Amino acid sequence: MSTQIEQETETEESADESVTEPPVESPGDRRRQQKRERASRLDEQRRVEEEVSEDEETVSLKIFRYDPEVEGKEEPRFDDFTVPFHKGMTVLDALIYARDHYDSSLTFRHSCRQAVCGSDALFINGRQRLACKTQIGDLDSGTVRIEPLPHQAVVKDLVVDMEHFYDQMEAVEPYFDADDLPDDELEEQYQSRENREKVKMSTRCIWCGACTSSCNIAAGDNEYLGPAAINKAYRFAMDEREGEQRKQDRLRIVEQEHGVWRCQTQFSCTEVCPKDIPLTEHIQELKREAIKNNLKFW
Amino acid sequence: MYEHDVIVVGAGGAGLRAAIAAHEEGADVALVTKLHPVRSHTGAAEGGINAALREGDDWELHAYDTMKGSDYLGDAPAIDTFAQDAPEEVIQIEHWGMPFSREEDGGVSQRPFGGMSFPRTTYAGAETGHHLLHTMYEQVVKRGIEVYDEWYVTNLAVTDHDDPENRQCHGAVAYEIATGTVEGFWARNGVILATGGLGQAFDHTTNAVANTGDGCAMAYRAGVPMEDMEMIQFHPTTLPSTGVLISEGVRGEGGILYNDEGERFMFEQGYANNDGELASRDVVSRAELTEVNEGRGIEDEYVDLDMRHLGEERILDRLENILHLAEDFEGVDGLDEPMPVKPGQHYAMGGVETDENGETCIDGLYAAGETACVSLHGANRLGGNALPELLVFGARAGHHAAGKDMKTAEIQTGPSARSEPGDVAPPIEPGAVDTGSDDVAADGGERSSSDLRTDGAMVEPKETLEHAVQQERTRVETLLEDDGINHAEVRSNVQQTMTENVNVFREEAGLHQALHDLRQARERYENVAVSDPSRTYNTDLIHTIETRNVLDVAEAITLGALAREEFRGAHWRAEFQQRRDQEWIKHTMLAWNDGDPELYYKPVLLESEHKEYEPKERSY
Repeated sequence: MSTQIEQETETEESADESVTEPPVESPGDRRRQQKRERASRLDEQRRVEEEVSEDEETVSLKIFRYDPEVEGKEEPRFDDFTVPFHKGMTVLDALIYARDHYDSSLTFRHSCRQAVCGSDALFINGRQRLACKTQIGDLDSGTVRIEPLPHQAVVKDLVVDMEHFYDQMEAVEPYFDADDLPDDELEEQYQSRENREKVKMSTRCIWCGACTSSCNIAAGDNEYLGPAAINKAYRFAMDEREGEQRKQDRLRIVEQEHGVWRCQTQFSCTEVCPKDIPLTEHIQELKREAIKNNLKFW
Repeated sequence: MYEHDVIVVGAGGAGLRAAIAAHEEGADVALVTKLHPVRSHTGAAEGGINAALREGDDWELHAYDTMKGSDYLGDAPAIDTFAQDAPEEVIQIEHWGMPFSREEDGGVSQRPFGGMSFPRTTYAGAETGHHLLHTMYEQVVKRGIEVYDEWYVTNLAVTDHDDPENRQCHGAVAYEIATGTVEGFWARNGVILATGGLGQAFDHTTNAVANTGDGCAMAYRAGVPMEDMEMIQFHPTTLPSTGVLISEGVRGEGGILYNDEGERFMFEQGYANNDGELASRDVVSRAELTEVNEGRGIEDEYVDLDMRHLGEERILDRLENILHLAEDFEGVDGLDEPMPVKPGQHYAMGGVETDENGETCIDGLYAAGETACVSLHGANRLGGNALPELLVFGARAGHHAAGKDMKTAEIQTGPSARSEPGDVAPPIEPGAVDTGSDDVAADGGERSSSDLRTDGAMVEPKETLEHAVQQERTRVETLLEDDGINHAEVRSNVQQTMTENVNVFREEAGLHQALHDLRQARERYENVAVSDPSRTYNTDLIHTIETRNVLDVAEAITLGALAREEFRGAHWRAEFQQRRDQEWIKHTMLAWNDGDPELYYKPVLLESEHKEYEPKERSY
C-alpha cells in the first residue's frame, strides 16, 4: 500500500523560485533575511493567539494511521490529536507528546532530535520535511497534517519501508576506493581546500529519503537511482583523492539507463533537502562530466 | 537461529570499527542494530578526533593530557594504548575517505581543544561524527559485512556459573522490529557490545532518544561489573530548550562565555585563569552553574556563548553546522547574537568493565566505545577523545574477538580484581524487585536463568542460547498480553529525579532522594504493559524494554555517586569538596550479583610499561 492516493501535489510550487534566486547574497544575508521573515510571521502569530483566548494554547494534528494486523487500522485513516503548544515546539515534539499522553501505539521513527540521524523525514502539510527541525510556529495552516513519505510502502502509521532507498544508495558503490594510497600507514592523502569545498555539501547527506520521495521521476521509475544515490556518486566522483580510473567507473554507473539522464531538473529534491544540498546541480554536473568523458574517448 | 563468528551489537562508530576489524581478520561478522547504522548517535558528534600527528607533538603528551583530564582515575595501560594507536587510526579513516577539514597544503587540519597541550584535534567542520559514521558505514558496505538493521538485541546468551569469570557468552537474542520475531544470534567467537551512551537516564541530555544504555544494562545483568558509573560528563554548552549540543569547537576557535553582567566569568571570576573557556568540560560546567546559582545567570538559567567576533568567513568555514543548530533549535542567529548555553548530560565515562583488548570478565563478551569503561577517561573525558576511543578500542575488540594474536592485557577484570569491599549505605534495597513470582516479563529475565543454575555443570552452549530465546519470547508475549501502566511515565520519573538529584552538583540528601525515586520507579515498572497489540513495528514494546535498561543504569550511576565521597573530575559532592587521593584513587565497581547489587573497589593503575604518572593538582 502507498500513500500516493493521499498525496496533495504541492511539492512543485516553488521550483521556479529556486532557479531564479539571485546568487549574489551571502549565506549570512540569507539567514538574516529568513530570520526577519520568521520574526514577522511570529509576531503575526502572536497577535492571532492573543485574540483567540487566554486558555492553554494548543495545536491540532491530523495523523495518518495504518497497521496491517490491527483491527480497525487495516484501512488507512487519519486520527486527530490536540496537544498543548509551546514556543519552539517542533512537529516531532508534538508527535512524542501525542504518543506518550494519548496513544502509545502511534508509530514513527526518530532518534537524535537534531536533524542528523535522518530518521524522521515525513510528509508534513504536503511537503517532505524532518519532523525534528520543523517548528510548528513556522507552518502556515492551523492543523498540522502528518503523513508518511509518499512513494514508499507504508509499514505502519508514519513508518515507511526504506529498503529500496538503501538498495539504491548502495547501487552506486558508495564507498571511498582510491586508485593509490600512500605506502606509509601514517601518511595522509592530500586534498586541496578547493576540492574539499567542492564535495562538502554532497557529504552532508543524512539518508533521510526526503529528496527521493519528492521526485516525480523516482515515483514513476522504480529503477531510477534517485537524487540521494546520485549525490552520493557525485561525492566520490568529484573527490580528487580517488583518482582518474575510479572516476571513470563511477561515471559509468551514473550514466546507465536509470541514472543521471532521467533527471528532468524539476528541483523538487533540492527544494525539500533538509541539509540544503544542491542535488539538482550535482546531477547536472555529473551529466556534464559524463558528456566530457565520452567526448574524450571519441 | 542466525550464526556468525562475531556478533557486534550496535552499529555506531565503535560497532562499525569493530566489525571492519573482525572482518580484516577473516571472521564472518554481523552487525545487529536497533536502528540503521547511519542513524547512530556517533553522527551527532561535532568537535573532532584527537591524535598526535605532527612535529612537536607525540603520543606521550596526548597520554599525559588524557591522564590529567581524567583527574587520575584513568588506567595508564588504557591511556597509553589509546594515545599510541590513535594516529594510525586517524590516518586509517583518512585513507577510507573521511572528508577532513584541510590546511593550505592539503594536509589534515588540527585545532586546539579543551585540556589539550597541543592543537591535535582533527575535524571535519563541526560535523566530524557525521562524517566519521558515514565513512565507516561506507567501508562496511564495501566489504559486504552483514547488517541486521532494526533488530533490537534484548538479552545475551551467557552460561550460568556462579562466578561471572567462569561464564561464557555464546550469542544474543534479538527482536526484529518490523515483524515482531524473536531470534537467537549464535556467536562462534564472541559478542561485542557497542550500544553507545545512556543519556536517556537524564532529561536534559545531548544524547539521542535511542541512547538507553542497553549494552551496559545487559552486561550488568549478565554479571559484568559496571565501573565508575558515577562519572557522568555534563557538557557546558548545550542549548537550554532541547539539550542540543553546541560543539566545544566554538570555544576552540575562540568563542567566549559571558554571564548576565557581561563578564567573561571564566577569567573574571577566577575559574580557570590560564585556559579560560578552554578549561576541561567539568570545570566549565561547574563555573556556569555557579554563575547561575549566584544570580549572575541569564534568566536564571543559562549563560551566553559568543562567537560573533570570529567573523562570518571563519564561522562559515569551520562552524557552519553550529549556525544551523542554533537557528533551528533555539531560534538564534549565531552571526548576529550570542547563543544561550547551559550544561547538559553528554557522556558516560563509566560503563562495562573491559581491558585494553575490549574483553570483559565473561569469556566471549566484549564492549567498546561509550558502552565500555577501559578506563580511559577516568573522572572526566576530554573533548575530542571519544571518537579516537571508539576507533582504537573498537578495532582492538574486533581484532581480538576474531582471534588475532594480541598482547596480553595489563588491566585485570572481574570480581577477582577486587582490592577492597565497598562501603555504601543506600537508604533502600537496590537491585531487582522481588515479586515472589517467576514472572520474567519485567525483570530482564535474569531470575529464571538463576533457576537453571547448576554450578560446575557444563551447560551446552546452544542450550544457553535457546533458553535465552525462549525467555525473551515469553517476555515479549507477556508484555503484549498484560494490562498495565505505560512505561513513558516511569521513564519520565527516572529522568526527572536524575536531572534534579544526580546532576553537576551532588548532595547526599539528593542522592538518597534519587534512590528512593528510582526504587519506586522500579516497583511501578513491575506493572508496565504494552498497549499496542501489534507485532508490526511496535515501538511501544521497544521503548518499554529500553526503560528497564534505563532504570538499571540510573540506579548504578546513583549508587556510585553515593559511594564516592570526594570531588574528582565530573563528580562533585557537597559534603566532600576535595579530591582525596589517599583513599580514592580507586574505581567504584558494581556487580549485579543476580539482582542484589554489590559495590567493591579496584585499584587505579597509574603505572604502565612505559611510565608512571604522578597525581598532580589539576588546574587549567
